[in-house]
Formats: sequence, structure tokens, C-alpha cells
Amino acid sequence: MSKLYYRELYCGTPVRFWMGLALLGSIIAIGLGAAYYMEHNGHWVTGMSNQLVWGLPHVFAIFLIVAASGALNVASIGSVFGGPLYKPLGRFSSLLAIGLLAGGLMVLVLDLGRPDRLIVAMTEYNFKSIFAWNVILYSGFIAIVGVYLWTMIDRSVARYKRTVGFAAFFWRIALTTGTGSIFGFLVAREAYDAAIMAPMFVIMSFSYGLAFFIITLIAAYIWGDRELGDLRLTRLKNLLGVFVGAVLYFTLAYNLTNLYVTQHHGIERFVLLDGGIYTQMFWIGQILIGSIVPLFLIYSPAFEKSRWAIAVASVAVLIGGFFQIYVIVIGGQAYPMNLFPGKEVIESGFYDGQVINYMPTVPEAALGIAGIAVALAMVAVGARVFKVFPETLED
Amino acid sequence: MSNKSDRQSVNRRQFIGGTVAAVGALTIAPGVILHAATEDDKASSGASSEHRWGMVIDSNKCADGCSACVDACNNEHGLEGHDRPETDAVWIRAVKLKDKQTGHVNRLVMMCQHCEHPPCVDVCPTNASFKRDDGIVLVDRHRCIGCRYCMMACPYNARSFVHEALSDQSVNAPRGKGCVESCTLCVHRVDAGVMQTACQEACQKEGHAAIIFGDLKDPNSEISRILKSNNSVQIRADLELNTGVRYLNL
Repeated sequence: MSKLYYRELYCGTPVRFWMGLALLGSIIAIGLGAAYYMEHNGHWVTGMSNQLVWGLPHVFAIFLIVAASGALNVASIGSVFGGPLYKPLGRFSSLLAIGLLAGGLMVLVLDLGRPDRLIVAMTEYNFKSIFAWNVILYSGFIAIVGVYLWTMIDRSVARYKRTVGFAAFFWRIALTTGTGSIFGFLVAREAYDAAIMAPMFVIMSFSYGLAFFIITLIAAYIWGDRELGDLRLTRLKNLLGVFVGAVLYFTLAYNLTNLYVTQHHGIERFVLLDGGIYTQMFWIGQILIGSIVPLFLIYSPAFEKSRWAIAVASVAVLIGGFFQIYVIVIGGQAYPMNLFPGKEVIESGFYDGQVINYMPTVPEAALGIAGIAVALAMVAVGARVFKVFPETLED
Repeated sequence: MSNKSDRQSVNRRQFIGGTVAAVGALTIAPGVILHAATEDDKASSGASSEHRWGMVIDSNKCADGCSACVDACNNEHGLEGHDRPETDAVWIRAVKLKDKQTGHVNRLVMMCQHCEHPPCVDVCPTNASFKRDDGIVLVDRHRCIGCRYCMMACPYNARSFVHEALSDQSVNAPRGKGCVESCTLCVHRVDAGVMQTACQEACQKEGHAAIIFGDLKDPNSEISRILKSNNSVQIRADLELNTGVRYLNL
């Protein structure tokens, strides 16, 4: 096997790089402006309300955070489980993981009622709160993966690579368990309060993270005019197929459990049958676009080596994943809590017993999209400054 | 090395040592004094676990079309509406229910149930949601970061998020844009020794007396006597939160 060289990623012309960065920069600036607008006026200018308290920014934030831990998988397979084909991709996998998490955290923090009090969240902990744990898990993830990246780049500390890689792997499992538990620990709402949320989020992260990884990898190699072999891409593609199938399995297990419990028939009916936009998002978004289309593109012999099919499958997984989180976060809140079992609410001064209307606003979307732009900008700058990408990934 | 330089170095050490000690004392002393002062304060006032404040609401007495308690609460705490019902703060609300099987109709008011084991306190990352020793569940407006996790966790939909800038606030309840709030059980009155909440007062004035506030730990209090002699229920009793607000005839 020939020796592997990593080199900073330069695209064709400096103008292309700076234009690309400027585009991302302006998306980020618009997002920051939107956040300022929402904070300055108060949250009434958003689609959120006292009944639907977590809106579109949370969907983006959770999506990015979940994908971040999954993006690290390729590095983990390389250095923890010893997969030689994945090893050269470890550096980029770590960089992408840091970028995605930073983007997600930015959205999460700027959607707080008091983002200026972030210091309170970092100095005052209630250890019974899974949110407080997540503050530690998220900041720890960036630190550990940063060190992991360092051990992969700097030969003088390369002997710690495996140990740090193990630590990063366990940390990322803990992180997604923590993110899933945000919902798993909510006893009040019928859509949540299920232990399966934690492992389901872990497997969702595998799927979204890898899809993000494949797309950015293909894009980077086109961007930098470098060689990317079919063998490695086919491996990644097959792995993505397994993860998409696993997410489907968890979705099935979650819904079957709810369907068995009479108390949960209402929420199941809402998501699967008559929830309007949420039902469509579930069947068309998550199941059709996010699962069936990519599985077909991945396993159909007709597209065996089609790079186009791999890219489309990955994008479809991401779109489906976004809808899945939308249905979990927004759909789960839109369905009313059952405060009075056996009773029908005829009148209420606070929307009891009603399906809650939520229409996301442009500023919320702008903030969320800025989170993705932050992730991409960090990757673009990181790949240009550090030796992250192998010069060639020929088979 | 000469004697002179030796001597100087000793002086320098003494000087540095003395300075460090002085600065240290100056840094720590105010803290110690302040700490001692707050300890004194704690001893002399504050909530006591000898009480547990709560309410009983008689569903049969809650009159149709009446909003006296809601108006009184809004007035007492300066909860101004902006004609935006989805984002305006609601601390107490009237709910009318119909039994799906029998068609029996009930009316009651809902507010923070001041649980013994409040889910909002469990999930709050910064300890902003807290329960006082006397059972009143509150939000510390200086610690709340506005994450709204407590609103996700509350089984009673009892909390509101301040969606806009505030002006002309009531001294009874300092509020804050971007923070979460809910019924305080009129804690400003309790701490001033007035054992009647604004909603109870208004309900009595209307002649309904559907709301009784009092000390659940005092066996001779009106609320304790009512609860002992009547069958009461907790809303979502299945969650075992041991609510401080109980309902009759529901």
C-alpha cells in the first residue's frame, strides 16, 4: 500500500474559496440578525407560544447535535474498531463532528429566552436535570474530539490516539443518550416518556451523521479536485443502508409499543392517521423520503456504483431525519396533554384539550439554517488550515 | 552574594507575604461577613417546613361564566394581556369539562399545583425552578435562562413564558422578559402574613367560595378540615406528585 499523505484542502481558485466562505458568512449574518430580532422583540414574533414552547430552532439544533455525534462514527470505526478503509477519513470525521455540534449549539443558545445568561447555565448545575448534564456532555464533546483530532494529526502524540478515540466513542454514546433522554424523561406528555428515546436517538445519530459525512466528503473532493475511490464510498453507502434500516426498526418498536397501550392510542392516531401536517411529515417525510427512497437507491443493483445515487440517498436521509425530529419535537407538543382522562374539555382559558397550531416564522428558519452554515464554514476553514483530507482516496 | 542583598530579599519576602495576607483577608472578609449576615437572615425569616401551603377547589361551587379569580390574579401580579392569547401569560384559568360517558359537566380552575415532587424543578438545569420549604414552587427570575424545559415537563400546562418586554410591573411579582413564570400562591401575601390569595379573595367576594387556601400541615386549618371530611382528588394523581392543590366534586 502506498503511503498516505494529508494535505490542506485548496479549491481551484482562491476566489472560489473566499466566495464560498462569504456566502456562508452572509447566511450566518442573516441568522444572527434574526436571533437579535427575536430576542429584542421577545418570542411573540416567532410561531412559538405558551403551548408550543420549542419550535423550529429546536428542530434544527437537535438535528445538528444528533448528526454531530454520528459524524464521529467514521473516526471511531477507524481507530476504535480498527477498520483500515475508514482510518484515512478519521480526521475529517472529527472536524465535521465539531462543526455540526457548534452549529447546533449556536442555534440552541440563541433561542433561549435569556441567551445572555449562558454563564448561569455553565456555573449553576442541577444534576437531576438532563439539560444540565447535556451542558457538560456537549462542551466535553468538543474538547475530547478536539484532542482526538490533535492525536490524529500530530505524530508526537499519536500513541494516545486509540485511548482518546475510545474516550470519544463512549462520550458520543453518552451525548446522544442524553439528547434522547431530554424527551425520554418527560413524564407529562404522551409522545415522550419512553426509555426507547435514548437508544433511538443514538441510532438516528448514526444515520444522520453518516449521511452528512458522505455528502460533505463527496463535495470536498469535487471542490478540491481530488480522487475519491468507489470502494470506500460503496462501504460507506452500505453502512448507511444498515443505519437507515435500524432507525426504521426503532420507529416500528416505538409505535408498536404505543399502539398496544390504550392510553397512547390518541397520540398514535394523531401521528399515523389524522394529524394533518404531522401525519404527512411522518409518512411522506420520514418513511418515504427518509427511509424507502434511500434504501432503494442504496440496495438497488441498478445504482451499484452511481455516485449520484449515493449523494441523493444521503440527502434523502437528511431530509427524512429532519422531518422525524420535527414530528417528535413539534408533533409531540402539538398533541394536547391529557389532564382529565375520560373527560372532554368544552371550554378552557389556556387551550386545554386542543391540538396546538404552530406555523414557523422566517426568523426561526433563518436562525436554524445559520446553524448549518456555521458547521459548513468551520469545516471549510478547518480543512484549509489543518491537514484533514488525504491527498487522494483512490482505491 | 552580599549581606545587603540577603536582607533585601528577606524584606521583599516579608513585604510580599504581608501583601498576600492583606489582600487575602480583604477578599475573604466581606464574603465571611456577608455569609454570616445571610445565615442570620435565614434564622430570623424565610419559609418554614412546618407549613405546607395549598388549596382546595370545589368544582360544584365554581360558577359558570365567572372570571373573578382570573381577573384578580392578573391584577394582583400585573399580568397584562396584549390581545395575543397564545403568548399572553396565564397563571390561573377556568376549564369546563364534560364526562365522555355520562355527559356530566364540571367547571374548575387550574394553576400551578405546587407539587411535592415537581417535575419542573427536576428538569430545570440552573436550579431556577425551586420549591420552598413551605411547599410553594417558584421560579428565580435571576437564574432562569428561558430554556422552557420546565414548560415541557409540567403535566398541568401551568407555566407561561414572558414573550415580550414589560413595563409598569406590579411590585407584588417582579417578572422578566425571556423567563418562565407561574402561580406563586401569592407568596408576597404569605410572606407578609396575609393568609389569603388574590383568587380566593375574589371568589369569596363573588359569593362562591370555591377556592380555599391554607396550611395543609395544620390539622385545625379550614383546608385540612375540609380535606379530612370530604373526598378530594389530585389531577393526574397517577404521576404521584402529591399536589398541593386538591379538587372536590370532580
